[in-house]
Amino acid sequence: MHVKQDNLRGAANILSDGGLHPLAAMFGADETKRGGGLAIYCLFYDAQKRDIKTLKASFEDENDLSYQSLTSLMPAAAWYERELHDMFGFNPLGHPDLRPLVLHETFPFEFHPLRKKYAKDFQIRGKRDYEMMTSQGEGLYEVPVGPIHAGIIEPGHFRFSQAGEAMLQLDAKLFFTHRGIEKAVEGLTIDQALPIIERICGACSVSNTLSFCQAVEKLSEAVVPRRAWLIRTLAQELERLYNHVGDTGNVCAGVGFSPIISMGARLKEYLQQLNESFTGNRFLRGLIVPGGVSMDVDDRLLDEIKDVLREVEATYKDMVHIMWEQSNFLNRIQTTGRIKNKTAFDLAMVGVGARASGMTRDARRDMGYGIYDDFDFDVITEQNGDVEARIKVRIGEVYESIKIIKQVMRELRHNDSEEIKVELGELKKLEGSWGITESPRGDNLHWLMLDEEGKLDRLFVRSASYPNWPALTVAVQGDIIPDFPLINKSFELCYACIDR
Amino acid sequence: MLKMLEAILAGKIATENINTAGHKRMRGTLNCDSSCDSCGACQTACTVGALELKDGKPAIDYKKCLFCGRCVEACANKSLKHDNQDELAQILTDSAVTISNVVEAKLGRSLHVRHVDAGSCNACDFEMGALSNPIYDLHRYGIAFVASPRHADMIMVTGTVTRNLEQALRMTYAAMPEPKLVMACGACAAGGATFGNTYAIVGKVSDVVPVDIAVPGCPPRPSAMVIALCAAADMLKERM
Repeated sequence: MHVKQDNLRGAANILSDGGLHPLAAMFGADETKRGGGLAIYCLFYDAQKRDIKTLKASFEDENDLSYQSLTSLMPAAAWYERELHDMFGFNPLGHPDLRPLVLHETFPFEFHPLRKKYAKDFQIRGKRDYEMMTSQGEGLYEVPVGPIHAGIIEPGHFRFSQAGEAMLQLDAKLFFTHRGIEKAVEGLTIDQALPIIERICGACSVSNTLSFCQAVEKLSEAVVPRRAWLIRTLAQELERLYNHVGDTGNVCAGVGFSPIISMGARLKEYLQQLNESFTGNRFLRGLIVPGGVSMDVDDRLLDEIKDVLREVEATYKDMVHIMWEQSNFLNRIQTTGRIKNKTAFDLAMVGVGARASGMTRDARRDMGYGIYDDFDFDVITEQNGDVEARIKVRIGEVYESIKIIKQVMRELRHNDSEEIKVELGELKKLEGSWGITESPRGDNLHWLMLDEEGKLDRLFVRSASYPNWPALTVAVQGDIIPDFPLINKSFELCYACIDR
Repeated sequence: MLKMLEAILAGKIATENINTAGHKRMRGTLNCDSSCDSCGACQTACTVGALELKDGKPAIDYKKCLFCGRCVEACANKSLKHDNQDELAQILTDSAVTISNVVEAKLGRSLHVRHVDAGSCNACDFEMGALSNPIYDLHRYGIAFVASPRHADMIMVTGTVTRNLEQALRMTYAAMPEPKLVMACGACAAGGATFGNTYAIVGKVSDVVPVDIAVPGCPPRPSAMVIALCAAADMLKERM
């Protein structure tokens, strides 16, 4: 659907259909060079049709970028609109919180980096305020944490407003690792952009690359060979596995449950060594390319995967058994960091976070991308929305991933095709295209458009962590501050993915 | 409880010796043999400018290299090959220390390290986390990660320095007591070419604070990090 700026809110309201079609992404584009002015794109999931609906609102005059904010209709739009405000200078009227999001104090207010009039490496310094949201009142105090933390984790600044031990409010300042990746790939060919896409995030390398490649492949007539999809599916599930297994152990670091941290870290290491054996890189980089995959698998590698998985599965079962028999551990994780179903729905949450709060969403099933329809697996959901529920969803998904991998490997052994890559040929220009994957953290969505020369004109990356980050600040309310690391780890959100 | 004890005993000791050789498919150091006809395809294929022809042969700046394998793929004569070896850390300031004798002399020193993510994709960070797993068990070398720069002898910086983190990096560096070291860990931190120049990137770590040791890799494998950390511990000893 294509509307004028004044009708954006009305059209979005119709397309979202009261939340039946949740907001998947919202981003801007500068099309002034083609005489198109600026534009806002809103993407909505349509699980019934296994599609994503696109709404485009045109802004003809670049000096008038005001429109009625969507945030009061769909809270999920809050961060997207702050980002639009920073990156393009759009002005969502009636937005409850238009503080900066992506650009911190050293960028001047009038600088909107994704406008085409600015060169990629345009360096301008200025000053802007980034005020943290805090609660005021007698006896309340603030705890500032980060961006450099005590452990080996990514940078973010958290400001807790405390009533004694209880967290009353949390404001998260993120986007510290903002590298300007969406701008960095503009003007590059697909091939040149690929190494950058693989490096948006370490732990979601496969998901980001596969979303991007699918968006590119939709612009071509070519059909990706089945063997390539088998290998891609194997990589996707191995990525989920090393993340989930490692995270199961790591969440226990939030309560100092050492034997499990150690067991989880050990299993993750074996899985990452397997990744290296498979693709030459411990984060599975270098495998997925537009049109297919760059490396084949042979029976020896399949045997190795089978052996490692057998050992991992057995030890993982023991590890989970030990976790559930520790009553003091259960005491810490039950009812901690709750996200109600309604909150998950309003924020259009994805992935483990959504499924732990009773939302049955999984792009592998709902969007039916790749060849997931051919494999038998269950979408794991829990109802309580607490730390325990998120751990349980992860554990369930580990077994489902192993189930999928076994089916994929069975077919790979009997599939004697040698075709693992197809030439994409001519790609459609000036046409928006999206690609989606279910990353370990939820669905990962890429949207892109090529310019007249076939180079990237606009890429928007909406990783799974983007819709889930605001939920973390809701989850902690009322819990005690020593539980924050536990709650944070139970979501296991990426910073690099959302910061870009 | 019994199950836990049983699992701990059954798990035995998982710690392994550090091995700089990876699996067969690992993309490690680059070697070019005599069949090279200096066609320059490898140089064109490199997206980060890590490879240049010098006297007709490819010369690699490992600080920038992403170990992506594109140059090897582009090589028509198959003269250029990755072997499965870690490219080891480069000492940038104290030339007297060589890495080869570092691994042998493991005892009698310690190094406390603070991690600073200056804009990384989290792959380097996860590999640093892996150093504490039972396989690599970094503590056996007397090296530990600490919570504050005030307690640290060295900061281990990952990622290309972003505008949003430049101040944090400078302040962390300033907060360390002397003598202090800086390690730039991974291609973004050491070479800074991964994403090109953008409005949001300041540059490689050495553009912001002095760097003593650079670890190539995207990300460096934990084995390469262990060796770099041991080398850093020796450097620190010399500066004391």
